[in-house]
Amino acid sequence: MAELRQIAFYGKGGIGKSTTSQNTLASMAHYFDKNIMIVGCDPKADSTRLILHEKAQSTILQLAAEMGTVEDLELEDAMKPGAGMFAPDAPGGWINCTESGGPEPGVGCAGRGVITAINFLEEEGAYEEDGLDFVSYDVLGDVVCGGFAMPIREGKAQEIYIVMSGEMMAMYAANNISKGILKYANTGGVRLAGLVCNARMTDREYDLAWALARELGTQMIHFVPRNNIVQHAELRRMTVVEYSPQSDQALEYKELARKIIENDMKIIPTPLEMDDLEDLLMEFGLEEEADEDNVGKAAEA
Amino acid sequence: MGPESLEAKQQAAIEEVLKAYPAKAAKNRKKHLGVGAPEDESQKTCGNVRSNKKTVPGVMSQRGCAYAGSKGVVWGPVKDMVHISHGPIGCGQYSRAGRRNYYIGTTGVDTFVTMNFSTDFQEKDIVFGGDKKLDVAFHEIDDLFPLNNGITVQSECPIGLIGDDINATSKMYAKKTGNTIVPVNCEGFRGVSQSLGHHIANDTIRDYVFDGNAEILGAPIEPTEYDVAIIGDYNIGGDAWSSRILLEEMGLRVTAQWSGDATIKEMAQTPKVKLNLLHCYRSMNYISRHMEKEYGIPWVEYNFFGPTQTIKSLRKIAAFFDETIQQKAEEVIAKYQPMIDGVIAKYRPRLEGKQVMLFVGGLRPRHVIGAYEDLGMEVIGTGYEFAHDDDYKRTKDEIFRSTVIYDDVNEYELEAFVKKLQPDLVASGIKEKYVFQKMGLPYRQMHSWDYSGPYHGYDGFAIFAADMDLALNSPVWGHSTAPWDKEEEA
Repeated sequence: MAELRQIAFYGKGGIGKSTTSQNTLASMAHYFDKNIMIVGCDPKADSTRLILHEKAQSTILQLAAEMGTVEDLELEDAMKPGAGMFAPDAPGGWINCTESGGPEPGVGCAGRGVITAINFLEEEGAYEEDGLDFVSYDVLGDVVCGGFAMPIREGKAQEIYIVMSGEMMAMYAANNISKGILKYANTGGVRLAGLVCNARMTDREYDLAWALARELGTQMIHFVPRNNIVQHAELRRMTVVEYSPQSDQALEYKELARKIIENDMKIIPTPLEMDDLEDLLMEFGLEEEADEDNVGKAAEA
Repeated sequence: MGPESLEAKQQAAIEEVLKAYPAKAAKNRKKHLGVGAPEDESQKTCGNVRSNKKTVPGVMSQRGCAYAGSKGVVWGPVKDMVHISHGPIGCGQYSRAGRRNYYIGTTGVDTFVTMNFSTDFQEKDIVFGGDKKLDVAFHEIDDLFPLNNGITVQSECPIGLIGDDINATSKMYAKKTGNTIVPVNCEGFRGVSQSLGHHIANDTIRDYVFDGNAEILGAPIEPTEYDVAIIGDYNIGGDAWSSRILLEEMGLRVTAQWSGDATIKEMAQTPKVKLNLLHCYRSMNYISRHMEKEYGIPWVEYNFFGPTQTIKSLRKIAAFFDETIQQKAEEVIAKYQPMIDGVIAKYRPRLEGKQVMLFVGGLRPRHVIGAYEDLGMEVIGTGYEFAHDDDYKRTKDEIFRSTVIYDDVNEYELEAFVKKLQPDLVASGIKEKYVFQKMGLPYRQMHSWDYSGPYHGYDGFAIFAADMDLALNSPVWGHSTAPWDKEEEA
């Protein structure tokens, strides 16, 4: 059995992390027979719905709260096998699904929730499942506190894929996440493994994504074009791979899956200083040089 | 004593102790150590020590936290209220009933001081927030203990970290029931010591107690010209009771005790008194100043440790009132003098010339100096866990000759000072007790009077004197050499 690889998807909120990760993981299972466990680390709990064909999975924390304590919870209650082609008895690789879950917005501590959930999975032996090839973490927007950095600590995800697009805020987020990786790179051994450009079809997006990748010392591992079929599949709570395996978009995800499986470019990122990032964005016309005389001035009436 | 002056020796001891530190720590700790000299006008605080600063990382401090200051000191002794330790169970359980705040009442029916109420946070409460659990706790408390006159919420660390809104939860429940619900944001990580917890607790008394609900608390009392309140006496081993009788004998009416054996009702009515008598300045000067500013009530610091200070204080308090009171104060002093003479005649010969090192909190590092002196003993070193500059300024008035002053002393320093200064008795807190007893040194635990007390007033002094004699002259110290070592000596 090959060594277990732990990967994580990070990126700006709303960039399409959950969609991209589920479609990619589905391809890894379907086309390359990889066995995968998804660990959703977002209180929204939307990291597994396309694999399970469900609205939202019962989360570890929700189940633990109902039972009283997380110690009372059993792994089989919290981990669900994928539906359809991702089930253990279907041909190809299987996908197991878990969601950490967390509090409603504005209360409690979602970060602690991620830590609790991952500890639970470890203690219950979820990582020791026979034949498991990949563990994939899908983490919310930004590394806002220690809890959301849990997946990149020692012994957790070693390869980080940042989902981004050619928009300014997505670039900022990618750079910030790289800073987080840099912080843990020397103590925990986490590496940046590539940028996944989930294209918005902005001008010169491909070039810009590559330019940022080079600055960070990494690669743009794949440029996923925009295609409505992704949304059509989502309406049926499915990945494109399952919804339409022959479609162009399914083949794009297949290609991304192949690149991840074969990826051997894992580096300690070199995040940009703010000024350098702004220069880069200016070069690609995403930002204009500010006229110092006009800074802070309201619009003319 | 050699050719060197005592002060030079003390200064040398400090230099010696500082040598063990790395440069940065030594620079920091140097500011907290000094030799206090009563005559030296140039000293801004006692020994010019700096205080109320963050403890040096890596040392074992004797300090507590903000929660300890609020729940353990100020709020905990208020007997007719339920104090919830809001958070995981440890803080509440390990601080339960440890301070020996005596009170009268039926525990579990109308008084609750020695009980431990906790929301017992579990992992899920951290993740999902504990406001709902707190509301459930309010309901359960009112169901099970209908005679409670209010509830305080003493926040432990996690409450501040996860941002629970205990203020809103408390307000909603208070509005529904009319009961007094006091949210106290005294998370342990706030501030450098328990001192901030005292301040936060004082502020919540100001905000939630003074306008208490008369429907629940009953009709207000009729004020008289001789009403006073005891502020900052926690009734450790009955301290407030042995103080109160003296005040009553001199014709004053004590309408409130803060907060030993206190009720929220008497605290709520304190703004009607004529004079606030402040014993522990550090923990309750805030509310005393507030009452002075808001209600025009003067406050006076007093000291009921040892007859010399007690007599001085009785006269100082009486001076605020008319001649009848002053006359009666003299009668009280005269009445107890024969008793005190007896105590001193019995114990002073046994304790004369013995040297003491103190390290405590609050008011004791300066207030008990006089009591030791009444017994012929000398305090050669003293320091506070969590004092501010104003405490050290006051200490300067209490020492009678050059004294080593150590602020926020840690376990290494205290042990080193004891070894260098060779006191006959160490009087400090529970954490240090066994270190010194195992060194073969007499020790008294001065946080909660070592299961004894009261120590306040004339009655307290008799017990204090007996306790010091018990510690110093116990035959046990004659047996601290191992038999095989003795044979060698012989």
